[in-house]
Amino acid sequence: MSFKLPQKLRMGSSLELVGAYLLAVFWIFPLLYAFWAAFHDTQYAIRFELFAPLTLDNFREVMSQAPFFRYGLNTFMVVSFLLPLQLVVSTLAAYAFAKYKFFGSNIAFVLVLVQLMITPEILIVQNYGTLANLGMVDTIAGIGLPYIASAFCIFLLRQTFKSIPKELEDAAQLEGCGTLGLLWRVYVPLAMPTYLAFSLVSLSHHWNNFLWPLIVTNSVETRPLTVGLGIFGAPESGVDWSIISAATLLSVAPLLIAFLLFQKQFVQSFMQAGIK
Amino acid sequence: MNIIKKIAISIAAALSISMMTSMAAAETELTMYYPVAVGGPLTKTVDKMVENFMAENPDIKVNAIYAGNYNDARIKALAALESGQPAQLSVMFSIDIYELIELDAIVPFDDIVTTDEEKAWLKSFYPSLMENGITAGKTWGIPFQRSTIVMYYNKDAFRAAGLDPESPPATWEELVDAGKKLTKDDGSQWGLMIPSTGYPYWMFGALAMQNNETLMNDAGDTTFYDNPGIVEALSFWKDLGSKHKVMPEGTIEWGTLRQNFLEGQTAIMWHSTGNLTTVKNKANFDFGVAMLPAGKRRGTPTGGGNFYVFKNTTDEERAASLKLIKYMTAPESSAGWSVATGYMGISPSSYETDTLKSYIEEFPPAAVARDQLEFATAELSTYQAGRVRKALDDALQAALIGSKSPQEALSEAQATADRVLKDYR
Amino acid sequence: MKLRSQHIQGWLLFAPAAILLVAFTHYPTVATFIKSLFTNSSIIRPSRFSGFESYQNLASDPVFWKVLVNNMWLALGTIPTSIALAIIMALIVNKAIVGRGFLRMAYFTPTMLPMIAVANIWLFFYAPEIGLLDKALAIFGVESHNWLGDTTTVLPAIIVMTIWKEAGFFMIFYLAGLQTISPELEEAAKLEGSSRWNYFWRIQFPLLLPTTLFVFINAFLNSFKLVDHLFVLTKGGPDNASNLILYYIYETAFSFLDVSYASALTVVLLIALAIAALGQFFFMDKRVHYR
Repeated sequence: MSFKLPQKLRMGSSLELVGAYLLAVFWIFPLLYAFWAAFHDTQYAIRFELFAPLTLDNFREVMSQAPFFRYGLNTFMVVSFLLPLQLVVSTLAAYAFAKYKFFGSNIAFVLVLVQLMITPEILIVQNYGTLANLGMVDTIAGIGLPYIASAFCIFLLRQTFKSIPKELEDAAQLEGCGTLGLLWRVYVPLAMPTYLAFSLVSLSHHWNNFLWPLIVTNSVETRPLTVGLGIFGAPESGVDWSIISAATLLSVAPLLIAFLLFQKQFVQSFMQAGIK
Repeated sequence: MNIIKKIAISIAAALSISMMTSMAAAETELTMYYPVAVGGPLTKTVDKMVENFMAENPDIKVNAIYAGNYNDARIKALAALESGQPAQLSVMFSIDIYELIELDAIVPFDDIVTTDEEKAWLKSFYPSLMENGITAGKTWGIPFQRSTIVMYYNKDAFRAAGLDPESPPATWEELVDAGKKLTKDDGSQWGLMIPSTGYPYWMFGALAMQNNETLMNDAGDTTFYDNPGIVEALSFWKDLGSKHKVMPEGTIEWGTLRQNFLEGQTAIMWHSTGNLTTVKNKANFDFGVAMLPAGKRRGTPTGGGNFYVFKNTTDEERAASLKLIKYMTAPESSAGWSVATGYMGISPSSYETDTLKSYIEEFPPAAVARDQLEFATAELSTYQAGRVRKALDDALQAALIGSKSPQEALSEAQATADRVLKDYR
Repeated sequence: MKLRSQHIQGWLLFAPAAILLVAFTHYPTVATFIKSLFTNSSIIRPSRFSGFESYQNLASDPVFWKVLVNNMWLALGTIPTSIALAIIMALIVNKAIVGRGFLRMAYFTPTMLPMIAVANIWLFFYAPEIGLLDKALAIFGVESHNWLGDTTTVLPAIIVMTIWKEAGFFMIFYLAGLQTISPELEEAAKLEGSSRWNYFWRIQFPLLLPTTLFVFINAFLNSFKLVDHLFVLTKGGPDNASNLILYYIYETAFSFLDVSYASALTVVLLIALAIAALGQFFFMDKRVHYR
């Protein structure tokens, strides 16, 4: 069985092209609809009157009903608290696993990998208790704390560190670098692509995280965007479509804009993090 | 030199000012959680009331925290207590009372009020609104955002169907008849929608009472889910969809229902009076509000949120909390709140205020919830309320969808409730 | 001497991560199991050891079985379809096609949205009568349907939404996989006159098998964690038709305040995850992940 006819092949590919675009249109349609609805009055949005008058009232309404700016700030604080700590803690651990053969290191590594399966959101009940004992419920740090030690990050960095040639290390040691100096001057710079990859993946994960922040936050001062949006849009409150669309848009805008601007980096980071 | 001096002086001045203000203000700090369960800018209204209170009482600082729906608010308030975060009082579901007592989380108001005037204040509210707040001879909850279920109807649709817009259905039979006339064959307009997500047990409380039944006993330790009259009430609810075809089959979403009504997809909806002001502002047709129709009798459960004061509080905090609650439930505040939202005034005297008097004169539907109080009963409230309520909710939905018969669904729910509650009897 | 300092230095470097991992992964795992063996404490009834009573209650709890079955259907409904779509997307985007950047962006964008936002958007599609889906179907004369209010359609509706959210994410892994396949293979296949279809099934698909296994297991793990949308869309209803185990845990622990029962549920979830993890271990270890 073979289809050698070039004509048929070409037909196939133009059909394919149409299919590819149809799929793409279908895929972004929901977002486009939300975008469109956010700028129109609810009654037009429901009737889907495509060329109804534009309005910014929905956004004004959202801002006056809920402190979305504050929510955004909280989300920003969570990720900027969490990410640097993730990187530091994981770098140290990954370095230990990559370059030291310490007592119990194999078992320890397997125990680290356990966290790839059992992520903190599975253990909400018990972790909430722990956080309460620490007096860290309803704090920005509390939202990030269970995620600081990331098995995923340790794993990624360890792979990268292991691939760094021993000669570089020897050369640096000759120049008198200590353990941490070696890490800082040789390993970290060479692992930059991995850091970037993990950072973007972590950033988008925690920007969008919901269940754990929902449980540990009580007040406006800590509530991140996702939780704010969840409370704002809860059906009990009587859904007003356009206003909720506007709120949704406001919540996803920062990350989405960053993604659209740095699309290549994002996609490549996710790819890199995935292959490892 | 001069500049340094100036700076030093201004720093000193700033310091002393800030010290003075901090001494004058905020002797007692209160944190209060509150829920919102219907649409509209309710948070703004609450914040405004709290602000006014603080302006009048500069020695008390109140952090009012909006925490989502009733369930969320209870979860958040209890979580705060457990984790040592401050929380002195909260607005929570009126029906959370037994759970809060079991957790030893709240104090009865009888222990907080001291003067005769305050004791009299405890008795100043509508008695039917107090039903969910009193148990074992003590008052644990003070009504705040309280509601009943009312019937919103589209007068234009009534006219179009040849029905009298001024005499909405008053009995189940009339409801079915009107529904049949209002339901259009092409599916563009239904006669009636009763929401069955969100708070299905609440809607059902109305139907059960209209059939002369109650869902639970006063002690909160026994439910009557499988009484014949209650099964009959559920059969009626189900028949509205499957037999009479005046309501869509399956469940109807609590949250989007108001939109359905405003879009003319249904001519009648049953919903909380807490939606009244939003419907009034958004409806572009002539609408009316009526009491729920009668089966064997009229009936609706009351609903909504009460004020509770937590046990783990100092005497000063309790006194300040009482002050705040008294302010928020005072006739004038209650009247303003009612106008802003549609929730009812909680005391007879709130309906004596000029605010509500003139509002009702201009907009008579605002009085329906109050008039209906005469036929109102307590909302479903028991120990282990979450479980017991969920058992009923699941049963109602199962029956409405048709996956179980009303009898079967309610018997199962009763068995679940019995299992959960047996230790409390 | 050198050896000893290796041990010490290694542990010192690992210590911060170790402490946090123990505190938020290992300790709670053990503590959850222990809690499930005791009853809750309240002022009316103090806590007591109850052995496996919670597990017996679990076995006789229809909601528990329901959520477990739902979780399975969700996994079955989403994973194969998402994987198939992801492969198609990756094949499209991997080619030098007009507007490749746009296509990649379109497929991948849903991945960047929080599930809560996704649920908000899709709620408008599924709403009966006034929702977009019903409006679109009305054009073809299809009667309005209550997608989220019907036990038979609520889970499929959520499955479609989940596929929409996840396919683009999996596409990335396939894209990475495709790029490791040498282009010479395609040249050779073309010279042999093999069709595209043949080329895919004979060459590309087998070479992508490790990727597929990796994606499959990750998707399976993920399907247990994905519950955010329930908070907006259905709260697990109607009659638990869309309820999932993690949401049930949340409800039990924080809404019914039944920590003991929630712990037992968590243990069951942990066992399910452990099975997936073993799968990962047996299938994936051949790719020498952890060496």
